[in-house]
Amino acid sequence: MEFLRDLWDFLHTRKKYWMLPLIIILIIFAVLIIFSSGSAIAPFIYTIF
Amino acid sequence: MSGTILGISAFYHDSAAAILTDGEIIAAAQEERFTRKKHDSSFPVHAIEYVLEASGTSFNNLEAIAFYDKPFIKFERLIETYHSFVPRGLRSFLSAIPVWVKEKIFMKKLIRDELQKFGTARPRLLFPEHHLSHAASAFYPSGFEEAAILTLDGVGEWATSTICHGEHKQIRIIEEMHFPHSPGLLYSAFTYYCGFRVNSGEYKLMGLAPYGDPESGRKEELKKKILDQLLDLRPDGSLLLNMKYFSFATGLRMCHDRKWTGLFGFPPRKPESELSQEYMDLALAVQEILEEIVFRLSKKAKELTGSETLVMAGGVALNSVANGKLLQSGMFKDIWIQPAAGDAGGAIGAALAAWHIWKGQERPPITEPDAMKGSFLGPAFSDHQILSVARKYEAPFIHYPHYSELCQTVAEKLSQGDVVGWFQGRMEFGPRALGNRSILGDARDPDMQKKMNLMIKFREGFRPFAPTVLEEDIQEYFDLDRPSPYMLLVVPVRKERLKSLPPGYHQLPLREKLYFIRSDVPGITHIDYSARVQSVNKNSNARYWELINEFKKITGYGVVINTSFNVRGEPIVCTPEDAYRCFMKTEMDYLVMGDYLFDKKKQKKLFDQGDIDEIGLD
Repeated sequence: MEFLRDLWDFLHTRKKYWMLPLIIILIIFAVLIIFSSGSAIAPFIYTIF
Repeated sequence: MSGTILGISAFYHDSAAAILTDGEIIAAAQEERFTRKKHDSSFPVHAIEYVLEASGTSFNNLEAIAFYDKPFIKFERLIETYHSFVPRGLRSFLSAIPVWVKEKIFMKKLIRDELQKFGTARPRLLFPEHHLSHAASAFYPSGFEEAAILTLDGVGEWATSTICHGEHKQIRIIEEMHFPHSPGLLYSAFTYYCGFRVNSGEYKLMGLAPYGDPESGRKEELKKKILDQLLDLRPDGSLLLNMKYFSFATGLRMCHDRKWTGLFGFPPRKPESELSQEYMDLALAVQEILEEIVFRLSKKAKELTGSETLVMAGGVALNSVANGKLLQSGMFKDIWIQPAAGDAGGAIGAALAAWHIWKGQERPPITEPDAMKGSFLGPAFSDHQILSVARKYEAPFIHYPHYSELCQTVAEKLSQGDVVGWFQGRMEFGPRALGNRSILGDARDPDMQKKMNLMIKFREGFRPFAPTVLEEDIQEYFDLDRPSPYMLLVVPVRKERLKSLPPGYHQLPLREKLYFIRSDVPGITHIDYSARVQSVNKNSNARYWELINEFKKITGYGVVINTSFNVRGEPIVCTPEDAYRCFMKTEMDYLVMGDYLFDKKKQKKLFDQGDIDEIGLD
């Protein structure tokens, strides 16, 4: 939660809202990559990519 | 609530920690000194452990922790840079972004996780900007009530240089130059092209520059090419790099080799290969351009602030040749440079910014010349710890209960051409050894530079050595009218001491030039008759002052060679054990730790030649 609040404060202060979707996608990718290595959700990810 | 603030710099290069109590700098140290990895960028666990212990404060009692930059804005710069250069930079993007989205973007959590081992409290975590941290590290300890502030480095978040104004407890950022247009990165690109390591070899480029031929047409031609093609240098010192020639913004290298080869007519030098004259001329050309940039930015800083004093920090502020020329230009009445001007010093700056700007605390009165305590902010070791190392290695030694006797003995040995490792008191903070972790030699000895470079430091023969001179004797040796306690000023050796150059000197091969006797203190007289001076004051380092004074009684010379106590590729020694091992790896003749003298001839062999051959590159 603290991270999301800080991220929002940053985007708001710097008026860089356009970066929000980019950051979300990058983080989702990172999370997927981390979880896909040997986890139960790996087959799910393989069907998407 | 205590007034103790912990400052941290980490994750890029030269991690460090510093601690303030009620605004007073109590301790600071670089992580590399503990982990023995040069320029270690890992989270400074050992340095934090040390500074907490030195301050007598437990982690749970800290008021705040200040990290030396703003990670989100750095991430913004990365994303915007890749965006503006797309499709170039894909490889660099793919290597940088995973580290960011996995770790660095969650910096707050990363830092909190790392700090868990020190205590359960969650002190306020602050993130002052990178260049504000540099500015704070330069202004608050300086002792000036008011000053223009100039910070220059590779890059922080966006800023690569700033002009600020410091007044009492406030720092106002007036102008910034933004990435990718950076004086530091320009210099680093040439560091790479001349075959040295980026982020650590810049001082070698500076040391190489005087070997360039100042009268040659080639140097002028190279300078013209740089100014015409590589950058647009404006009258106010701001610059625009021609990014067609540089690849650091998107690539994994500093510059486009092919384009530079086409421009200059010679390829990048391979690391460790022979140094030929064209690289020396190139080093001189870019050094002169850097000096011009620093000069113009300083002039602009003076115009904007109306100040008569200047303080500086950031990696470029370690360019002591530029600093010396700026001081001698008389543009400012006085100049003060943060001794840990690189990123390590950001730890002190971040903590000071938190104390004076976030907390709004007034600056304490400074009774000393500055608040850095001679930069002796690292750990000290007791006699007991020295003796336990001696026992561990079964090392014979002589104990001198009276310091004056030890001084006399060591001064005599120095005057006879011996090289002495000198380990005393608290370790220095910053890249320079200032007399507590130093290797000392006789500056009058014409063979000393060669001996110390090749047999003790195992480094390139062209590298110059710096002198330590008694503060009261500075003007006998150098054209300098004030103390230089941090070895950050290169100034000319006095004319009376010089020997004239033979005709055609600049056309001589490097080795002949190098070993030409240029003055009556050849060990510290660089090829262009300059020296990177450190002066020692009786009050700030009494033991070191007394040793040099004793040397003066014997020889008539109040000056010695002082080089950092390490070998190539290793950080400066921290503990008595580091010192003893370094002593045994090299051909140093004596080691002095505290009041104990170790004679190399009497020690048992500790290393084979194979171990010595393995000494790494830097």
